[in-house]
Amino acid sequence: MKTKILLAAATAGVMFAGSVLASTLDDVRARGKLNCIINTGLVGFAAPDDKGKWQGFDVDFCRAVAAATLGDADKVNYTTATGKTRFTKLAAGEGEILSRNTTWTFSRDVDLSQTFIGVNYYDGQGFMVPKALGVKSAKELDGASVCIQTGTTTELNLAEYFAGNGMKYNPVPIETNAEAQELYKAGRCDVYTTDASGLFATLYSFDNKADHMVLPEVVSKEPLGPVVRHGDDQWADIVSWVLRAMMAGEEKGITSKNVKELAAKDNKDKEINRLLGKDPLQGLSKLGLSPDWAVNVISQVGNYAETFEKHLYPLTIQRGMNALYKDGGLHYIPPIK
Amino acid sequence: MNFFANIWRNEKSREIIVQIFVLLCVGWFLSWLISNVDANFKALGKDLSFEFLFIPAGYDINQYLIEYNNRDSHLRAGIVGLLNTGLVAFFGIILATFLGITLGIIRLSKNWLASKIAYWYVEFTRNVPILLHILLWHGIIINTLPHPKKAINIGDVTFLSNRGFYIPKPLTEIGIELVYLFFVIAIIFSILFFKYAKKKQDLTGQQYPVIWINLMVLITLPMIGFFVSGMPITLEIPALKGFNFRGGMHMSPELAALTFALGIYTAAFIAEIVRAGILAIDKGQREAAESIGLKPSKVMNLVILPQARRVIIPPLTSQYLNLTKNSSLAIAIGYMDLVATLGGISLNQTGREMETMLIVMLIYLSVSLSISAFMNWYNNKVKLVGR
Amino acid sequence: MSSKTYKPGSYPDLPPPAGTVGVYGWIKMNLFSSISNSLLTILSFVLLYYLIDGIIGWFFLDAVFDADSKIECRKINDGACWAVITRRVGQFVYGFYPDAERWRIDISFLTMFIAFAPLLYPDLPKRKWLLWFSGIYPIMAFILINGGILGLSKIEYNLFGGFMLTVILGVSGIVCSLPIGILLALGRQSKLTVVRTLSVCFIEFMRGVPLITLLFVASSMLNYFMPPGTNFSILVRVIIMFTFFSAAYIAEVIRGGIQAIPKGQYEAADALGMNYWQKTRFITLPQALKISIPGIVNTFIGLYKDTTLVVVIGLLDPLGIGRAALADTKWNGLSTETYLFVALFFFVSCFAMSRYSLWLENKLNTDNK
Repeated sequence: MKTKILLAAATAGVMFAGSVLASTLDDVRARGKLNCIINTGLVGFAAPDDKGKWQGFDVDFCRAVAAATLGDADKVNYTTATGKTRFTKLAAGEGEILSRNTTWTFSRDVDLSQTFIGVNYYDGQGFMVPKALGVKSAKELDGASVCIQTGTTTELNLAEYFAGNGMKYNPVPIETNAEAQELYKAGRCDVYTTDASGLFATLYSFDNKADHMVLPEVVSKEPLGPVVRHGDDQWADIVSWVLRAMMAGEEKGITSKNVKELAAKDNKDKEINRLLGKDPLQGLSKLGLSPDWAVNVISQVGNYAETFEKHLYPLTIQRGMNALYKDGGLHYIPPIK
Repeated sequence: MNFFANIWRNEKSREIIVQIFVLLCVGWFLSWLISNVDANFKALGKDLSFEFLFIPAGYDINQYLIEYNNRDSHLRAGIVGLLNTGLVAFFGIILATFLGITLGIIRLSKNWLASKIAYWYVEFTRNVPILLHILLWHGIIINTLPHPKKAINIGDVTFLSNRGFYIPKPLTEIGIELVYLFFVIAIIFSILFFKYAKKKQDLTGQQYPVIWINLMVLITLPMIGFFVSGMPITLEIPALKGFNFRGGMHMSPELAALTFALGIYTAAFIAEIVRAGILAIDKGQREAAESIGLKPSKVMNLVILPQARRVIIPPLTSQYLNLTKNSSLAIAIGYMDLVATLGGISLNQTGREMETMLIVMLIYLSVSLSISAFMNWYNNKVKLVGR
Repeated sequence: MSSKTYKPGSYPDLPPPAGTVGVYGWIKMNLFSSISNSLLTILSFVLLYYLIDGIIGWFFLDAVFDADSKIECRKINDGACWAVITRRVGQFVYGFYPDAERWRIDISFLTMFIAFAPLLYPDLPKRKWLLWFSGIYPIMAFILINGGILGLSKIEYNLFGGFMLTVILGVSGIVCSLPIGILLALGRQSKLTVVRTLSVCFIEFMRGVPLITLLFVASSMLNYFMPPGTNFSILVRVIIMFTFFSAAYIAEVIRGGIQAIPKGQYEAADALGMNYWQKTRFITLPQALKISIPGIVNTFIGLYKDTTLVVVIGLLDPLGIGRAALADTKWNGLSTETYLFVALFFFVSCFAMSRYSLWLENKLNTDNK
């Protein structure tokens, strides 16, 4: 009799344990590595160097989250995804974060059951053409062959833009930026359209930059940002505050060079103290992060401006909309209180 | 206890028990899978619904055999994709068959050099993955052919460029019905004549040049109709306008690359099948045919090929099936087939991976099952009657 | 002239007519035996000339084997730019597997040949002992490559890539699918209706859909079929799909083998009073498997080639590595070189395997005569 009760209790216990899912943070900690889904290759955002190490603006964000949660920015496993496969990969649990120039839209947020945790890059769709084509405006593109990444918002924007202007076009669908580059260079398409940042990244990689131009029209709003799965608010909060900590770092003048120094002393600006763990930050324990999380992020990866300058300035991308609000941009950081 | 033991020892009842057990296991496994899907969907806030098929797709497709624009539904986009799959499979099969049979025969030819070339062709192509063939051909077409403005001009009516091949398109006018009518009459005539000639040959041994006569009838009758009705067919010739050629018929580089790659790859397998089929015919058959004085062409056509056909057709059909399935690799170069439209862009824009993949797989499955059913029927029909 | 007389039957053989022997005779017989044949020969020569002329120049003479980028390559010469390969040859072979640990891959692959030898060459001396090694090889290779115990550092799956990934996918796919394939083949031949129907359904389903859709299922949907919270790596999921896929094909190959066994064999077994499993174990399988080995090798070649499809779901097999290299600004536009290199790799390995399969077929043929 006794054994039976024990058995029943054990079974119930096992079932209970099985039904409670470990939080994403616990998964990451248990594994000791963060799984991050990134672009298959877009210079400046995510591209492997000759040693096979991934580099870029989006890659740095993965590293920042790893620094905050694991204390080491290098503890990241990268999984690459095309525009088409990224959401299924995120939903299938192949990564905890999707950091791949992903546009925040209503249906992606709501219908695909994902959580957009903020915008790390404000972008808009543009067109790139060879100068030899003699085109000055996107309105002159009637009948052109257009290279376009499938599974992106640009694909839908393009259809709307051309239909709206009563023009016809011949879509050439491609999966990755690399393919687009190849097809565009080979002359398979007259125009390459994607987010302006992507166009600059592509243009940067050309050896004859002067022969190509980005048309003035920007035909859409593309707020790009990291994405996490629905259902784990703690994880969503962690990721979104890592992004904000990087921006706050820029706002408060905390850089990878001076962060250790600032963290050691008592600053006049109490927000710096709270961010760097000198003064207590209410609720940090609920996120499951250690007090030095932001120090780790900024010392190992840098603040927002630093990663931007490191990866995107070489592409001749200006801050523009992506400056902080005080510099005339759109990034406005909630107070760290 | 004895009763159960008896049941177990009895072969019939034991078989039933085993089958019930297997059925229960499989049923349990399936229900486990389904309950998992259910739980996962609940956790992600998803549901299983096919309503997305009827909302506007929103994206454009560069090649459509039926009218399509981005306001049409995902379902229609899927159908466009399916037709594109059919188109490339059709072209691929024609190319593969011609090339394959030619190579198979050259492989057996007495010409040492030609046979060796055919041999190395077969080995090179079939030992390289089909995906590489596709990518290579695509790369070759878009990298080596010129830009439309410098397109290779063949007689001012056909143009080759890295945007694809443009050929004139026949446009029909009023009066075309007469041509169609004459063509139908010609077909009926040739069938009847074929039967008559065969009967005559069976009875008297007299032979008519059936093929030549039929060919002539098939060509001249519609031609007569064409001229009588006042030449109701005009050609629309492609012309360079703006960025690209307009008008005429267009074969995109993707379609061309896919057709070449599928055709050339499958041809290597078909060549082997044809060769094996011909070699499978007993040497005595050829010797006997030669000894009664048949000409070499007759030996091939009347003795070897009819027998080889029985050996060749089943593996040939399965090669056709493989080709059709391989056409799904179109996605690698952006040809908009079924997998690229419904299983690709629609899947991605709607996030309905379960539903779209289910539909795509069911379509492929029904195509292959119907072809295998046909093949079984054919096999039974041509099977040698055992004596 | 001199009329020497011979006894009947002792006249020496005359030499064959001058036109049928030697180089000349051979050429005449094999290349110019008739007008159409001669035309074919000339056509072939022209074809060969253009092929060789174009290829050798581009491939070797004008090719650049080392440079820093495509632009550098073009500055040096205008043939193929093999620098894209030579600069990344490590990635092509090992993917992103850490440099310091690559010896583990080397050992695994070298020992793989020892493990396979007794299975592939039945006449090997000391075969019994080697077979033991074949048995433990999968475990050994898994530990070596994967790491995590015995002081070997754990290597993440997403670092796997290149030719090593191709071989891992192909070999584990075929090894795992053999037992399943055998069971399916037996199931398809079974007297039990339920078992037979289920086997047929499984086989026909797997053979009826394109592999690429199965890979999509593996990459995006397989997790839905597992209990919530389960998550296993994409590599494992892909291997599962490859296993099921090739199991269906192997089942058909083995079924062919089973059907080729003469009926008398079964009748004899029945007469001896063997039950089903004895019959399968001692009569059916030993004979059926032996006949099926060439077919199994061919299935393996097919599977091996099909591993390239994983590039579509984002794994970095040689094709994926090649595409990543092409994405690098320095190497943009060298697709022909990259794809040809990968094609050459597949050609060499697949051709070797098909030679083996042919050799085996011939050997088995003579055994039966």
